[in-house]
Amino acid sequence: MTIDELRELAENERTRQKQYISRILYCSSAGCLSGGSDSVKAEFKKAIEEKGLGKTCELVGTGCLGLCGEGPLVLVQSADMTLYQHVDAKTARRIVEEHIVSGKKVEECQIDVNGPFFSSQKKIVLENMGKINAESIEEYIAAGGYEALAKAVTEMKPEELIGEIRKAGLRGRGGAGYPTGLKWDIVRKSVSEQKYVVCNADEGDPGAFMDRSVLEGDPHRVLEGMAMAGYAVGANQGYVYVRAEYPLAIDRLKLAIKHAEKLGLLGNRIFESQFSFHIDIRIGAGAFVCGEETALLRSVMGRRGRPKPRPPYPSEKGLWDKPTVINNVETYANIAPIVRNGSAWFAAIGTQKSPGTKVFALAGKINRTGLIEVPMGIPLRKVIFDIGGGTPEGSEFKAAQTGGPSGGCIPKEHLDIPVDYESLQTVGSIMGSGGMIVMDSTSDMVDVAKFFMEFCMDESCGKCIPCRVGTKHIYMMLDKVIRNEATEEDFALLQELCVMVKETSLCGLGQSAPNPVLSTIRFFKDEYTVKLKRATEFVPDEGNGAQ
Amino acid sequence: MTQQDGKKSAHPSGDNRFKLLDRAITKHQASGYSLIEILHVAQGIFGFLENDLLMYVANALKLPPSRVYGVATFYHFFRLKPQGEHAFVVCSGTACYVKGAIEIQKVLEHECGCKFGETTKDGSVSLITARCIGSCGLAPVGVLDDVVAPKLTPDEALRRVRLWKEQKKEVAA
Repeated sequence: MTIDELRELAENERTRQKQYISRILYCSSAGCLSGGSDSVKAEFKKAIEEKGLGKTCELVGTGCLGLCGEGPLVLVQSADMTLYQHVDAKTARRIVEEHIVSGKKVEECQIDVNGPFFSSQKKIVLENMGKINAESIEEYIAAGGYEALAKAVTEMKPEELIGEIRKAGLRGRGGAGYPTGLKWDIVRKSVSEQKYVVCNADEGDPGAFMDRSVLEGDPHRVLEGMAMAGYAVGANQGYVYVRAEYPLAIDRLKLAIKHAEKLGLLGNRIFESQFSFHIDIRIGAGAFVCGEETALLRSVMGRRGRPKPRPPYPSEKGLWDKPTVINNVETYANIAPIVRNGSAWFAAIGTQKSPGTKVFALAGKINRTGLIEVPMGIPLRKVIFDIGGGTPEGSEFKAAQTGGPSGGCIPKEHLDIPVDYESLQTVGSIMGSGGMIVMDSTSDMVDVAKFFMEFCMDESCGKCIPCRVGTKHIYMMLDKVIRNEATEEDFALLQELCVMVKETSLCGLGQSAPNPVLSTIRFFKDEYTVKLKRATEFVPDEGNGAQ
Repeated sequence: MTQQDGKKSAHPSGDNRFKLLDRAITKHQASGYSLIEILHVAQGIFGFLENDLLMYVANALKLPPSRVYGVATFYHFFRLKPQGEHAFVVCSGTACYVKGAIEIQKVLEHECGCKFGETTKDGSVSLITARCIGSCGLAPVGVLDDVVAPKLTPDEALRRVRLWKEQKKEVAA
């Protein structure tokens, strides 16, 4: 494959698409599939055939359309865009008979595509969702896919490519926010005949489904990003480590790799250069700790996922002790747009310190749940009330939880905080990989803390004592608080233990496990103190309870 | 190859399923690094990982049995016990928790007379919790015999379990 061949392929595909007057794009992501989008697809197919529209109307399974709570979603692309929600077989038939045939929209199922849910977003990573067929490499190429790889491999030196990523200021989207360009540069500079590129798709945070949606809806974008990472650092082998809980994402990835290999976009001598790159899939087996990079690498090698002390970092000694680049799905998904549009374009989006966008999975007690992508630095209030539509009627916003079991709760008084790496840290939470769960007054924050601690306790790999024993004891203490049996002494001990576990654990899991407890104590201390057993003889007054 | 022939005699059961497993092992060149891949295949074929099967894998990959057992027990996804006829998975992710998954778990435990992570005495239903299946927009979510049930309620969960029980009775009758 040469660049000209790639462009020709893109042009042919665009011509093919133009022959259709309208395209029906139904959401084929896991969310809508479980809502029944499969039977909707079957009905569309039948209706199109019956009406003899096979030549003018195309039916396409596309990536996540965002509003997962209102699924199954269907986007009709004709003269304009029309988005339908809660589509069942009956509505599907009506869409074909009324909208496609006679141009009359089915108004009661329509969602306004210019509404606040859509207009406040900025799509880079998710730009192809609702545009292309998730299982077609041709459609990805027609949307500008693999052009960035072609440009990188044929026109840029590895240093130049890394320079672009550095100038763009892209930071790791897995949550920690380490500058991607810097990481690549370290690997590029290390001397070794064998290097690796690994994609962390072990999205273990409960309440997060960003990576799943990207892999299901636009897998080639991730492969393209990984190939560019390989070119930049001088690696010829990549691995995608993906959760076993995401069977659809695994299938789509496999298919995407097969298609890319067939066209020579992965494999030997890509774009007739000296650069070769192969990608294999490794399937996880349900261990949260494998989201930690050193644990993940051990799991790729077929071992128990137990972390190692760093340094040495994977960029020096990773897979089989060779220098290894390891990034999150969303990070790789950002590479192609940066190379295609230039670093200046990317750096202008978001804030100075955190350029670009972030994908969030919005869920919990909120009116519009789903997948969103917003520019960094957007006020949290805007995310929850404009995009998410606020909490359902009759309930009041209490806190937003970000960062999953490693993160914290952001209460009402901090709603105007900008969403970026540093600002979230100042209120004791973290950006995390992008789960955002909204809680209302029905959520008891001590119980929330216990929920997360139970998770961390179960998922602790057991290698280091602070995490293995500490999480268990924190859990038991929280349980004691909930049973109204804890004294103020216990409460003080709980806080002390949290700090100890945070400071002495080996890896990110233990170091961040106490965050939900510390964060809820910081903002919702009352909910703890009212549950404490009152030693009445010592505390005659209420209010200035625990210390 | 001789190694594998040796093992076949260790399994004189004539169980054809081992041929499938052998094929996967050969595909991965019997590399110890592919242990997790092989265990996935083995569980896919046999349903769960018996000690015998783990020994078989250990021999084939030339790994110490302790390593194979260690990996099989470390990861939640691998089952060492057989599952019930039906599997009721309740997602225990944060979004499902906030939307009341715990209530669903309680009524199911009460109805089935066993805890999550266990199988009913008659072997009909296994109760399983999942670590976020990523359909948070549809919380609380259950997965009943691999079919996702979105926006589950305690009543609906009970109805579905009772339906299974009735079917079992009908079959027995």
